[in-house]
Amino acid sequence: MIRVVLPPHLRGLAHVAGEVQVEIHGAVTQRSVVDAIEATYPMLRGTIRDHVTQQRRPFLRFFACEEDLSHESPDAPLPEAVVSGKEPLLIVGAIAGG
Amino acid sequence: MSGVRLLVGTRKGAFILTSDGKRERWEVSGPHFAGWEMYHLKGSPADPNRLYASQTSGWFGQIIQRSDDGGKTWTQPGTPPGERTTPEGTPKAESNKFVYDTSAETGKPLTTHQFYDGTQHPWEFKRVWHLEPSLHDPDTVYAGIEDAALFRSKDGGKNWQELSGLRGHGTGPKWQPGAGGMCLHTIVLDPSNPQRIYVAISAAGAFRSDDAGKTWLPINRGLKSQYIPNPEAEVGHCVHRIAMHRSKPGVLFMQKHWDVMRSENAGELWQEVSGNLPTDFGFVIDVHAHEPETIYVVPIKSDSEHFPPDGKLRVYRSRSGGNEWEALTKGLPQKDCYVNVLRDAMAVDSLDKCGVYFGTTGGQVYGSADAGDNWTPIVRDLPAVLSVEAQTLP
Repeated sequence: MIRVVLPPHLRGLAHVAGEVQVEIHGAVTQRSVVDAIEATYPMLRGTIRDHVTQQRRPFLRFFACEEDLSHESPDAPLPEAVVSGKEPLLIVGAIAGG
Repeated sequence: MSGVRLLVGTRKGAFILTSDGKRERWEVSGPHFAGWEMYHLKGSPADPNRLYASQTSGWFGQIIQRSDDGGKTWTQPGTPPGERTTPEGTPKAESNKFVYDTSAETGKPLTTHQFYDGTQHPWEFKRVWHLEPSLHDPDTVYAGIEDAALFRSKDGGKNWQELSGLRGHGTGPKWQPGAGGMCLHTIVLDPSNPQRIYVAISAAGAFRSDDAGKTWLPINRGLKSQYIPNPEAEVGHCVHRIAMHRSKPGVLFMQKHWDVMRSENAGELWQEVSGNLPTDFGFVIDVHAHEPETIYVVPIKSDSEHFPPDGKLRVYRSRSGGNEWEALTKGLPQKDCYVNVLRDAMAVDSLDKCGVYFGTTGGQVYGSADAGDNWTPIVRDLPAVLSVEAQTLP
């Protein structure tokens, strides 16, 4: 299972507390993880990536294993520690006031 | 006994204020959707327990919420967790998906509009400013969005389709964003003619459809806006709000960026009725529930100083449909008040006497149970208020 930490606003929207876990069949990438999150929590469709372009929303970042993966290809494999479930993928809202 | 429910959208959540018909004591529920910008909430005239809400965020985009029990519980229409698809494999609903219709069959090409610097800029969806439920069908609701376009849902907010004739009207390259963005913020449905819809856009102007939204006509003749190259242009005016009384649907009132205007003929021609107002800049305008010639505005000092003149918060009422205005001050702060009242933040109930309500960027919601003669703060310390809607309950 892949562990994912959602930002608080999206945890509220999805009615979950703490980490969520999703099962991935095939390559574990940003795209496949977000696909699985949207399948499990359809209310999050459009909140992490744009409906039309499928691009990551500009004020969201992806981190794992203390690395910023935001600008990696959405089809690049995630780190082994995320694949094995040792580390979570962090979806983080940019700190931009508000 | 009848009562009133106020739906209040703020920068950091939604609040529901309820009272009995005396409108003396109010219960406050909220924050709902804490931390989110709640641009607008509105109830269905056909089913007062059916509420729609626009929940939005610069981080996470647009969410549509719906309540079927008067705001006690809310759901995103049609998106239960774990039930993504129908047996055919398609999504059950996409309530937060607003995609401009560029299809060859029903849509219009995604053209450009004028940006702040005068260059052309493509249409980009940002948020829903205003939700207007149908007068007759609780499942039909219109959404005014930024960048300016009109959408409609006919299935209770589960799926949205653009009425693309407006965006594709042909004048789009001359539309431009106001300070708040290029937003379609006003939708007025004609109770006597289901084919007729009015909308207003900052900064494009007012438009009317006489065929239920298929085609649109700019209705800006008579407007004069000194801040655009041609002050009497067909489009480009920064209309802030339009109001109508249901007994006189051909008579429209407008608060423009500057100027309070009136049309006797469904927007074919506008006349200025600012009269003796201390300033004719402002955002809100509304009409008394039982007196179609009694209207309300809240004058704001100027387009750069978004607060009441002289630090005095005054609602102005005209009983003659404009031109002659009286200041309503009892119960409102008359010194050191520097709040704003935004375009969707005034509403009336339909009790007798008519209740009038407005919210401020300072977080106060004021109410008057006697058509504006006396005011009291219902709440004082909410986040900045973006919108106020009133429901009169049986």
